[in-house]
Amino acid sequence: MSVIYLLISISIIIAIGFFIAFIRAVKTGQYDDDYTPSVRMLFDDELKVENPKPEQITEEKQN
Amino acid sequence: MDTQNCFHCGLDIIKAEEIIFDDKSFCCNGCKTVYEIFSVNDLTCYYDFEKAPGATPLDIKGKYDFLENESIVAKLLEFEEEATAIVSLSIPHIHCSSCIWILENLQRLQKGISTSQVNFPEKKVRITYNPQTVSLSKIVYLLSSIGYEPYISLENYETGKKNIDRSLTYKLGVAFFCFGNIMLLSFPEYFEVNEFWLDTYKPFFRWLIFILSLPAFLYSASDYYVSAYKSIRSKMLNIDIPIALGIIVMFVRSTTDIVFNYGSGFFDSLTGLIFFMLLGKMFQIKTYSFLSFERDFKSYFPIAITRINSDGSEESVPVYDIQKGDRLLIRNQELIPVDGILISEKAAIDYSFVTGEAVPITKNSGDKVFAGGKQIGKVVEMEVLYSVSQSYLTQLWSNDVFQKAVTQRHKSITDTISRYFTPVLLLIAFASFAYWIVIDTNTAFNVFTAILIVACPCALALTAPFTMGNVLRILGKQKFYLKNALVIEQLAKVDTIVFDKTGTITTNKKAKISYEGESLSSENLTNIKTVLRASNHPLSRMLYDFLPEMKSVTITDFEEITGKGIRAKIQGIEVVIGSAAFAGSPDENTVLQTAVHITINNEYYGKYIFNNQYRVGLESLFKSLKQNYQIKVLSGDNEGEKFSLEMLLPVGTELIFNQKPEQKLEFIKQLQEQGRNVMMVGDGLNDAGALAQSNVGISISENVNVFSPACDGILEANEFQKLHYFLKLSKKAMTTIRMSFGMSLLYNIIGLSFAITGHLQPLVAAIIMPLSTITIVSFVTIMSNFYAKKLR
Repeated sequence: MSVIYLLISISIIIAIGFFIAFIRAVKTGQYDDDYTPSVRMLFDDELKVENPKPEQITEEKQN
Repeated sequence: MDTQNCFHCGLDIIKAEEIIFDDKSFCCNGCKTVYEIFSVNDLTCYYDFEKAPGATPLDIKGKYDFLENESIVAKLLEFEEEATAIVSLSIPHIHCSSCIWILENLQRLQKGISTSQVNFPEKKVRITYNPQTVSLSKIVYLLSSIGYEPYISLENYETGKKNIDRSLTYKLGVAFFCFGNIMLLSFPEYFEVNEFWLDTYKPFFRWLIFILSLPAFLYSASDYYVSAYKSIRSKMLNIDIPIALGIIVMFVRSTTDIVFNYGSGFFDSLTGLIFFMLLGKMFQIKTYSFLSFERDFKSYFPIAITRINSDGSEESVPVYDIQKGDRLLIRNQELIPVDGILISEKAAIDYSFVTGEAVPITKNSGDKVFAGGKQIGKVVEMEVLYSVSQSYLTQLWSNDVFQKAVTQRHKSITDTISRYFTPVLLLIAFASFAYWIVIDTNTAFNVFTAILIVACPCALALTAPFTMGNVLRILGKQKFYLKNALVIEQLAKVDTIVFDKTGTITTNKKAKISYEGESLSSENLTNIKTVLRASNHPLSRMLYDFLPEMKSVTITDFEEITGKGIRAKIQGIEVVIGSAAFAGSPDENTVLQTAVHITINNEYYGKYIFNNQYRVGLESLFKSLKQNYQIKVLSGDNEGEKFSLEMLLPVGTELIFNQKPEQKLEFIKQLQEQGRNVMMVGDGLNDAGALAQSNVGISISENVNVFSPACDGILEANEFQKLHYFLKLSKKAMTTIRMSFGMSLLYNIIGLSFAITGHLQPLVAAIIMPLSTITIVSFVTIMSNFYAKKLR
């Protein structure tokens, strides 16, 4: 039954891993603006579906 | 009439000016150009997300020339290296998803921009670009040309990097982490089964829980200890004292419990308590990041101004570098940053921002001009008398009375309750301790700590944050933005309301215009309208908008004399529009009236009289407010409108005219000395002092993105008639809080009955605490939503 020490330790370590991920997310500012990303996410899709060409055109222009 | 709207900006299109391009109609050339830019770059997606999202680009030639000055640019940038620079620009026009889309695709419009990211709540765009390929001024001009003109003011100067305080988020995260894991690990203990394996591992689980509780106890709850310590030192018993006491006692008791193996301790309740209370704190902090309630003159002032050097060359210099004796060039719509003497012959200066008076004042060569005025019309030159820090406006602002007192002048409702709560709690704790110590010392200590633990006023402390936070959101949705939750409490206490006249109960935009004199033929009307069209004077613009739609005719000769009027020729007919003297009016110009006189071919016709237009719903609002509040109206204007105001407002409303900013402030102060709770409703800078002095200062804004003086709340002008509803809602919020206080005290009594009898098990505490929290939170949310609906 002493395997419980191992299991609990692993679970705590995993939890700490997630906790560190959370701290990093806050630090990089992911929680500062909780509105814009929700809108931005929708644009990417529409761009790809509707206008696959324009991006190539701009690239050509830049070249 | 054709009611077509512009494809780009959504404004009505005047038939004669309609521009059709690409099968789409536009109201003006500017809008068409923006569309062209977008269509050439395949960015017409812009119009798919939102209908008519754009703004007409304004002509800003020369306005941002200061961005060529490298030392100024350096102050604006967040980060700068050889090939990368990052700048954050505030763009008030950001309002919809199309805005986000176009601004995040800037790199397709301008080479050199690598990424741009919009922060919608703050209305800011953060642009990363290569300064070797593109300059900041080029980016700013690009943004302006597509209708997103950034707002750059003195406030941006030397901002550098702002430190965002994220400590509450961290604390909440830590508390949640500890709470969750401890809950999981204490689960076996809840069942109290005498099973062999569970008993074997008990110490391991308990010590693990102890370790996990440390971060929550030491870090997450630290604010409560600090606040409790501060309130003890200032001898004010606030709610944080019993909270801090409860937390510390809980921790000490639980630690002793596991050290001496008495039981599992209350670590689960302890961390849960901390978590829920921090959650309440988080909920209460609802900020409108795109608004600022602490503005001072800096956010109005330009960052740089054009200086004319002795050799005649023009140069952009930061306003802080302006010296006495410098010669400055002020363009149309530019703000005068310092006091000085006018060199140019004539200038029309709009002091609306200082005095609230909408009609510009004419200054002649040699007159003194004060900082804060806006030049309207052509470019003028002035000589500096004082530097920025010594100018009248800056001095006025630095005046102590204009600074909002930092000390809180009132006790919040929670603090009032806790003044009684804390002593009563300590009394009960010591009384039961005294009772039990005769019977059994061990139980006595247990009971004493259990009382402090269970009475820890978690639900009590959460009531106000959740109610106020919710009401704050309800008000925000209706365009009434409050600085923080405490303002709601203040609103509920108000018994006197003082209104400013100009811009507050009257609108700045529309004036009621009436005509007096000989009737004008439609041909003459056409001529007048055409002439007015060419003029930029605010009165001309108002009159132009007022006159019916006409076809336009060609003007052959046009001359605008600043401060006097316009003289123009249309097909040989001479039209003179302007002041009484200029247009040759026979009657003396009545001082108390704003009027424009008309003379055509040397024949005097009559005058258009401008009366202030009162806000919609003003009469009914005042009528309903009058029942519960004392109403007073202050005005910086003359008594010209006394009569019409008296007709409009309910009998007994006090009207006071000719009030200077300092007098307004003094007036509020006197009312407060009479023991009144005053709410000041104002707009411009002229009310800033009064807004700061009053218990609640509400600023009325035609457009919340445009800047308003420091205040406690910003109300969008269109919602003005709802003011009484907002006041009623704030009162109901306080009722809700009182009801919920009753409920949470009930929970405390139940908990105490367990504690005093010495039966508080960790499991009981673990049930009571979240149960009370959840019921209280749902109760206040439902009640405040209910009142918000019912009152409407």
